[in-house]
Amino acid sequence: MNLTKEEYEKLNQKASNNTKSYITLPCAFLIGGLICTLGQGLLNLYTYFGLDEKNAGMMVSVTLIFLTALLTGLSVFNVIAKHAGAGTLVPITGFANAMVSPALEFKSEGFILGLGAKMFIIAGPVLVYGISASIIYGIILYLIQVFTG
Amino acid sequence: MATRLSQSTIRLDRPPAILGHASIVGKKEGEGPLAQEFDRVSEDTTFGETTWEKSESRLQSDAVNMLLGKTHTATSDVDVMFAGDLLNQCIGSTYGLRELDIPFLGLFGACSTMAEGLISASLFVEGGLASKAVAVTSSHFCTAERQFRFPLEYGGVRTPTSQWTVTGSGAVLVGCDESKPKVRAVTVGKITDLGITDANNMGAAMAPAACSTIKTYFHDTHEHLENFDAIITGDLGKVGSRLLCELLERDGINIRDKHQDCGLLIYDADGQDVHAGGSGCGCCASVLCAHFLPRLERGELKRILFCATGALMSPTVVQQGESIPGICHLAEITAN
Repeated sequence: MNLTKEEYEKLNQKASNNTKSYITLPCAFLIGGLICTLGQGLLNLYTYFGLDEKNAGMMVSVTLIFLTALLTGLSVFNVIAKHAGAGTLVPITGFANAMVSPALEFKSEGFILGLGAKMFIIAGPVLVYGISASIIYGIILYLIQVFTG
Repeated sequence: MATRLSQSTIRLDRPPAILGHASIVGKKEGEGPLAQEFDRVSEDTTFGETTWEKSESRLQSDAVNMLLGKTHTATSDVDVMFAGDLLNQCIGSTYGLRELDIPFLGLFGACSTMAEGLISASLFVEGGLASKAVAVTSSHFCTAERQFRFPLEYGGVRTPTSQWTVTGSGAVLVGCDESKPKVRAVTVGKITDLGITDANNMGAAMAPAACSTIKTYFHDTHEHLENFDAIITGDLGKVGSRLLCELLERDGINIRDKHQDCGLLIYDADGQDVHAGGSGCGCCASVLCAHFLPRLERGELKRILFCATGALMSPTVVQQGESIPGICHLAEITAN
């Protein structure tokens, strides 16, 4: 074929549609915003029932994780996430879905090598690099405090 | 005897016939434009099984059993069976067909497997090595997703160039019969790679292979495009189809009026949210068996080129940064 890889890549770029950001970005903003509003509503509710702010915040996370797990199991979450994109990915809902969906999917290979081992295939990198980053920031903060007294 | 026209193309001088065909698809395919043409549409994508792998195996065994039933053929009359699918070690075929007691040759050509199987079966029959041979392939959306992409319930977003793996299977019985559609010539494709690394754009990865094989066929046979009713590609989808037409036009072959892509025929691309179209071994297999072979039998089509395309990738090598090689095998099929 009288075509270099670079020439073909140019043809491919022309033929391949890009994501319609003018639709996806507002969707992500709206649905992500709704989830955050729900979180704030739950926080107010738990505080109203007498929980202190720290415990109420924890209960908000637990509630959102529960709701996500439930909706994932009912095959509803992926339908919402298809429209929401980062709107469901970025809040704690994305993390919960990333844990629950492989657990459901790979249960057929057994509880040890299937569910147990594969539960982290999507969320694993988030944990590894999230925890690593927090340790590095912790060390930096510690050193700054040591040197600044 | 067959005549070798070139390194790639073989003319079948005693052309074997496609004695019968069977197609089974899942629910989503049954909601598409070809719904009425499939032999069976299953509302239950598990096909009554407990795991997705078993579902795909059941799909493939049901297709072969339906084919044998439709053609009134006993398993002992089939001399060899060529089968393959997308799963690691082709387990859709091996587990699905293990009860059949028919000599088995497993194939892997990714989504091009139906053409590979049809070519192999035709060559066996033409060469007198088999009196009847079966070619069958399948794919299942759920097995493909969990092997190649993400868990089904994961809330990811598909890119516009991604394609939807067809849940479906197609099986053909090749033998000798003057009145049935014939396989007249075959072109065995070469692995072609123009550097596409995006596993969500397999149409682009496969289009150069389709271009190369189609060009080779016309070059080797000295045939003219106007003598064909349709040039059918397997699962190039929107992106790959556009690229194929552009690539061939650069070489002076304009197939736009004749070109049809099974990945675009099987779904309503906009209404069924399948992005760039359908894909998978079961895509062109089921469309060939449900849509094109019956039209050849009825005489609505006289002569077609069936060019099934495959992306010969695995998630492991794509993660390692390798590009995706494509392949396209071609079979010329005539009404009689």
